[in-house]
Amino acid sequence: MSIFDELEGIHAEALQALETAASSAALDAWYTQYLGRKGAVTLQTRSIGKLSQEERPEFGKRINEIKQQLEAAYAAQSQALKAAELEAALMSDTIDITLPGRPVNPGHLHLTTQTLRQIYDIFGRMGFEVYEAPDVELETYNFDLLNIPDYHPARDMWDTFWIDQKQPAPDGRLLLRTHTSPGQMRVMRERYPEPIRVILPGKCYRYEQITARSEHQFYQVEGLAVGKHITMTDLIGTLTQFVNLFYGPGHKMRVRSSYFPFTEPSIEVDMDCILCGGAGCRVCKYTGWLEIAGAGMVHPVVLKNGGYDPDEWSGFAFGPGVERPAMMKYGISDIRLFYGNDLRFAQQF
Amino acid sequence: MKIPLSWIQDYVNVKDVPVQELRKRLDLAGLEVDSITAIGYPEAELPWDPEKIITAEVIAVRPHPDADRLVLADVNYGGAAPEIVVTGAPSLYEYRGSSDLHLKVAFAWEGAELYDGHVQGWTKRRLKKTEIRGIASRAMVGSEKELGLAEEQTDIIYLPGDTPVGVPLVEILGDYILDFDIKGPFGHLQSVFGIAREIAALLNRPLSPQPLHAAARLGLAATGEPGFVSLEIQDPDLCPRYTAMMIRDLAIGVSPLWMQLRLRRAGMRSINNIVDITNYVMLELGQPLHAFDYADLRALPGEETPAIIVRRAREGEQMQTLDGEVRTCDEEMLLITDGGGPVAIGGVMGGLDSEVAPETRNVLLEAASFNFINIRRTSQTLKLFTESAGRFGKRVDSELALAAAARAAELMAALAGGTVDVVAGDLYPGKPEPVILTYSPDRADRILGVVIPRDEQKRILAALDFRSEATNAGSGWQIAVPSYRLDVTRPVDLVEEVARVWGYDHFPHTLIDEPVPPLRRNLQLEGEDRIRDILIRLGLDEVITYSLIDPADEDRLNPNPGQALDLPGEPVALRNYLSLERSLLRRTLLPGALRTAWSNLRFQESIAIFEIGHIYYRVGNPKPEQAETGIAEPRRLLMLLSGPRQDRWQEPTDRRPVDYFDLKGIVEALLRNLGLETASQWTRVSHPAYHPGRSGAVEIAGRALGVIGEIHPLVREVFDLPAQPVVVLDWDLDLLLALAQEAGRQKKAQNISIYAPVHEDLALVVAEATPALAVQRAIIEAGYPLVIQALLFDIYRGPQAGEGKKSLAFALTYQSPSKSLDERDIEKLRQRIVKQLARKLNAVLRSA
Repeated sequence: MSIFDELEGIHAEALQALETAASSAALDAWYTQYLGRKGAVTLQTRSIGKLSQEERPEFGKRINEIKQQLEAAYAAQSQALKAAELEAALMSDTIDITLPGRPVNPGHLHLTTQTLRQIYDIFGRMGFEVYEAPDVELETYNFDLLNIPDYHPARDMWDTFWIDQKQPAPDGRLLLRTHTSPGQMRVMRERYPEPIRVILPGKCYRYEQITARSEHQFYQVEGLAVGKHITMTDLIGTLTQFVNLFYGPGHKMRVRSSYFPFTEPSIEVDMDCILCGGAGCRVCKYTGWLEIAGAGMVHPVVLKNGGYDPDEWSGFAFGPGVERPAMMKYGISDIRLFYGNDLRFAQQF
Repeated sequence: MKIPLSWIQDYVNVKDVPVQELRKRLDLAGLEVDSITAIGYPEAELPWDPEKIITAEVIAVRPHPDADRLVLADVNYGGAAPEIVVTGAPSLYEYRGSSDLHLKVAFAWEGAELYDGHVQGWTKRRLKKTEIRGIASRAMVGSEKELGLAEEQTDIIYLPGDTPVGVPLVEILGDYILDFDIKGPFGHLQSVFGIAREIAALLNRPLSPQPLHAAARLGLAATGEPGFVSLEIQDPDLCPRYTAMMIRDLAIGVSPLWMQLRLRRAGMRSINNIVDITNYVMLELGQPLHAFDYADLRALPGEETPAIIVRRAREGEQMQTLDGEVRTCDEEMLLITDGGGPVAIGGVMGGLDSEVAPETRNVLLEAASFNFINIRRTSQTLKLFTESAGRFGKRVDSELALAAAARAAELMAALAGGTVDVVAGDLYPGKPEPVILTYSPDRADRILGVVIPRDEQKRILAALDFRSEATNAGSGWQIAVPSYRLDVTRPVDLVEEVARVWGYDHFPHTLIDEPVPPLRRNLQLEGEDRIRDILIRLGLDEVITYSLIDPADEDRLNPNPGQALDLPGEPVALRNYLSLERSLLRRTLLPGALRTAWSNLRFQESIAIFEIGHIYYRVGNPKPEQAETGIAEPRRLLMLLSGPRQDRWQEPTDRRPVDYFDLKGIVEALLRNLGLETASQWTRVSHPAYHPGRSGAVEIAGRALGVIGEIHPLVREVFDLPAQPVVVLDWDLDLLLALAQEAGRQKKAQNISIYAPVHEDLALVVAEATPALAVQRAIIEAGYPLVIQALLFDIYRGPQAGEGKKSLAFALTYQSPSKSLDERDIEKLRQRIVKQLARKLNAVLRSA
């Protein structure tokens, strides 16, 4: 057997042995056995002395080739083995990915706050800014100056909480505002002669039995625009924008005549019923329509009381409500959920 | 207000208009229909099958051969031969043995669905063929209950004699009841005729004025001295018109079916024919009427003719009203009096003594006009809310009084056999001037933003009875307002009339075509929203509680009555309230938060909430001229935490209940966000509602923000909260935001050092009473500007610290903006810190 044959034999044997080296330890042993300092291949270099001068370069070259081949095979095998071992280790470290995550509990804004913010945002884009007025209000601001004199039938629209005043104050009777409209008077008197575009939000109060449909405390939000050329079509257009942005596009709207003492003409704006899509159901009283807002052109008496000459100025006002739009949007059937503050309700939003 | 469509049909033809169409038209024009109730029609609760429920005629009644209390009725239903019906109807029994009858009835065939007349409530049943004592019966004669017309089972229905035989009953008695929700003071819409008038204008159809023309039909003459009564109005400001008519020889009895049905469908009960007629005409025309028993009216002393004197009541004057109550009047109330005293509270309710009774023969019929504001005042003061007061309170046309009286008198003659005196009493001191308005179509265009054709505007105004007088030069039209349109007083009111009839649906949609007014920031709202956003990020839920609280809740916050509860100003209470629990305006948000905690801790183990809201207290008297209410409404911020620190999870979590430091961590994060973290002063104070050892007051820049701490265990118990710490912050939000704004104005960016920081721990022994914050701030100050952080990481109490002492260990970070710090720099710095702390706080470096 020639030295060459012996070398080839070792080569073949080494390759075969490598295939069976299935662990890092076996692989290390293999390396020592063949490529280590006293490894079979390494030892073959010593045989070079037994060869003729002519054969030596060829043998040397061949040994190097084999060494390189084996090194490469070893590296590949080693990498594969490491990958397999890592894979095995990772697989033994498996978690149940369906287990719940570590709890993180961010807070929730009150649904009223969220709704108001949406409304501010929508009207803010049309140049309306937020103006706030007090909860405890003078009777004159809540009623008389808004064209609702004492004992006038129009007052029947508001059941009122009156403040207990120790000293009788016939001109300064106080009440909890029944609507946000006194803010109209306050902002007009404050801003005259500027044109006005404001949103008036706030808590309002009514002396009403508390039911699923009515609360003694609720929020209102109303808009007021006063200018030189403000028209009914502007009002309708502005409310159309609101419906598109708040409820989403594609809703049908209708405008009805209505009555409010502080607007003339007065209208009511309806939208096709969210629940039945206009087919008629219990929520829309089988009309297919839901009220979106009461509105109208500011009554000349109100403009005048606010300091604006009705021959020169005109304006519109509208009140979309706060809880009602949210109730319609989310299918909430009980208004008491808003200020009862059951967090199981609040945390849904 | 319920109005049967069949009644409207008397004045304007709506037969060919589908009821839903009509409703739509009315809704759009501002006459809101709240609901429609069908009777007999397919959409009704009990539809009357037009094939099986028809009109018929009982032509003979024979005894039942085998049952004493039953009879056999031969009923002509329009077929070849009469149908034999076995019936126990008591009124038919009376006809036993009679033939040649013409009793018109409601007839139902087997298979028809009807209500069961013999059980309470509404149970439907299908009529079956039966055999009663040997006689087969496949039909029946219906009662009101069985047809759903009355709640009580009574006799069978007798239809008017001229009713055709064999037609579906629904064509005779079917109806739609429109329930109107008319908002506002519109007297002219408080009647069937008034609604019919609107419908005629909206549909552009003729209106029958027949009910208004009874005076002419009676040949009535009106005078101040009609003979049968002497009339006097002493207070014409409250009673602009008083009319009286005399109807003699009446027979009090029941009203005919048609009138009973109309009254019932309009929501009124039938009493007797006279009272029913006054109610009927009130419903028909909107004019409340009152019938006095003429025999009860007294003359003045020395006179023979009964007197009616309309005057203000004397203070404390009493009378007994129809409902049996004795009413005490004040000087602003108007009385109708006779020669002997009060007989009615004008326009509100009649007196018991002169009530129409079964034996009444002669009636004095009053139709008057009253000041609507005064009626409302009287009604509200006496808490006496009647149909009459309700209508007068919405203003009734004074021109209507005599016409309505004549209409009622005409009906009394027809239905109660009376004779009407052709002379009527009429005092009319307050006859109003005709109202003429100048209407400018141009101005209408300007307000509406749309050009409505001029002839269309004219047509609409004319259809609504607004007569155009000769058009003057210029663009204005002179418009005469009909007397019943008391709501129309300004040209803009006419603009609305034109717009609503023309239809808002035809209006284009535009946006304001003007420059945006000067814009202002709303710092209040911006500030609130900033805090809200920070706090929800920190895991708190926002709540909004009621402004009205239980006055006792203020006391509940104070378990030791000796101590003063530090609430601001004078409390503001309600004069009228729904319940005592909601009768006081809150001066603190705390009770609302504690109650919210209570209600939620029943359902979940922990709670973290905040509220931003106003409190209310009196600071002075209202000054209407300055628009001041005298009530302060500052804003507060309240936070509340309670329950386990972390949720349960699959691995152990921190389940200890939250305490002061959890809340303080949130507050520190908030203050950092607002740029206020370095400025705060924390002092322990005792506040009655809080744990004395675990609560404190916080100041920034020398101004008191409020309290933070654990709620006093006794308060916790009073509010029924579980036995775990409840930690609360209750601060002045206006102040916090003002401080934050100021800090924001002064905020400047800090450069970030590129040099390596050096970390070192330092433990200092101080007296137990020395606050950790003071030590930490002193370190920062002493090491300024090189100590950039001093983090307290350990507190040690024990022998190595010494009696009454504690050791505070801080992790310090040194960093220079301009160079790398070496060991010498650090050593110098450390010495400076130790020296200054020794001087300021008696601190000693703890030997390593």
